[in-house]
Amino acid sequence: MAQAAAAAITDLGVAIAPSVHWIGALDPGLRSFDIILKTANGTTYNSYVVRGSAGVAVIDTVKENFSATFFRRLESVARYDEIRAIVLNHLEPDHSGALPELLKRAPQAQLYISSRAQPMLKGLLHGEQLNYMPVTTGDAVDLGDRTLHFLQTPYLHWPDTQCTFLEEEGILFSGDVFGCHFCDARLFNDAVGDFRFSFEYYYAHIMRPFRAHVLEALEQIEPLPLKLIAPAHGPVLRDAPERYVVRYRELSASKLKNEAAGEKTLVVFYVSAYGSTRAMAEALAAGAEEAGGVRVSLYDIEGGEVSPFVDLIEEADALAIGSPTINGDAVKPVWDLLSSLTAVNVRGKIGAAFGSYGWTGEAMQMVEDRLRGLKLRVPVRGVRARLIPTVEELANCRVLGEQLALHLTGRVENRIIDMAELA
Amino acid sequence: MPKAQVTFEDVGVTVTVPAGTRLIEVSEKVGAGITYGCREGECCTCLTKVVSGHENLAPPSVLEDQVLKDNFAPRHHRLACQAQVLGGEIVVKPA
Repeated sequence: MAQAAAAAITDLGVAIAPSVHWIGALDPGLRSFDIILKTANGTTYNSYVVRGSAGVAVIDTVKENFSATFFRRLESVARYDEIRAIVLNHLEPDHSGALPELLKRAPQAQLYISSRAQPMLKGLLHGEQLNYMPVTTGDAVDLGDRTLHFLQTPYLHWPDTQCTFLEEEGILFSGDVFGCHFCDARLFNDAVGDFRFSFEYYYAHIMRPFRAHVLEALEQIEPLPLKLIAPAHGPVLRDAPERYVVRYRELSASKLKNEAAGEKTLVVFYVSAYGSTRAMAEALAAGAEEAGGVRVSLYDIEGGEVSPFVDLIEEADALAIGSPTINGDAVKPVWDLLSSLTAVNVRGKIGAAFGSYGWTGEAMQMVEDRLRGLKLRVPVRGVRARLIPTVEELANCRVLGEQLALHLTGRVENRIIDMAELA
Repeated sequence: MPKAQVTFEDVGVTVTVPAGTRLIEVSEKVGAGITYGCREGECCTCLTKVVSGHENLAPPSVLEDQVLKDNFAPRHHRLACQAQVLGGEIVVKPA
């Protein structure tokens, strides 16, 4: 262990298996990654070299400003003219930063990227004409006595993500999958400090919105005879790598047990200063209940924390949000909740908005637009009420609830309408 | 102006639209399950299955065709933000 740590701190590549070296970079000073993640002790940009009898492959590079370290480590284990293949498992700049320079130094190398990465490559390397080979699951690169197999694992966490499996050593170069932001020069999971929190935190913020895709990827990964997982960030997982695969499956299960299994669920959230928007929420909930077939839950946003509400919404089939309009806007607790929904997948759920207002009433439309922006469906126009809702306006809220229930349970009657009616 | 009828199968709504209308102009308003990302024909979020009447949509542009290929879109699938209605009857649903 001590030997490995020393090697990592110097500019030498670190052997992680026969003919395989880590040649990445340590970034211990980083405290915030891509704006959205805290990094309490920095991160690593992991890249690797695989040596086969017929040539060398470089897997992933590093963030551009760490290029010098990357090239020194690369030069310690291979010559540029030996490089036959460059594989990018994911094109984000922290992994592709040194690519242009690497291609200059090893112009004979063939670049392999996921077939889904092509538009991104163009966006990252404006104007540079690159010769690359798009690959997908089932494709392989023959390095003589070493073979790299590609597994397309889209949306973990970009559309382009793929993993690369080195068959002879049982090593999965997993890109961001099974990675974490944890910087420790001891490099291996059985030598570094306790990084469990970082692993879970990374999953929660990077992978959780794509958990359906995680489950699809696990179908490909679980049957592999894994001896080691070499992710693009954080410790190299050589001790019991299968534990991390199992953990991903656990983390991708529902956070809450859905006791309404088999029944559609509608969650209604509201904020109310004087009880008007609350009364509308209650009427909506009552309407949905009355329509039947839907389990309805009602929450005052001010009475709870955002995080468990996000868990509830992740599991629900429909979401209705009530906000008063104050100074021409929906209120902050509503935006706080709505801005937190990018952490989960809400695509295709049914959404609705409602709320009372004093004189302008923009909040309902703003919330509807935000719900559409989050890729929810908004099949029924929301309800607004000026100040204290009238009996008719509360009845409209009941109808909104009924309509949501009918949409949820597939009981909406077929309609023929003219486009002009939709304006 | 020639008209067409577009049915959004998942929500059971048929909309009479003028020729030239793009699916995106209608689908959100009826609450169909087609969801959008870039709205410019690049991200493939709005991939839509054309259940019938695909010949009643204008053929995909070179750009749309490339995006469909890059994303392994099956036959008779289109980007709702790009697909333009020509006439007749078309039935669509989310991919």
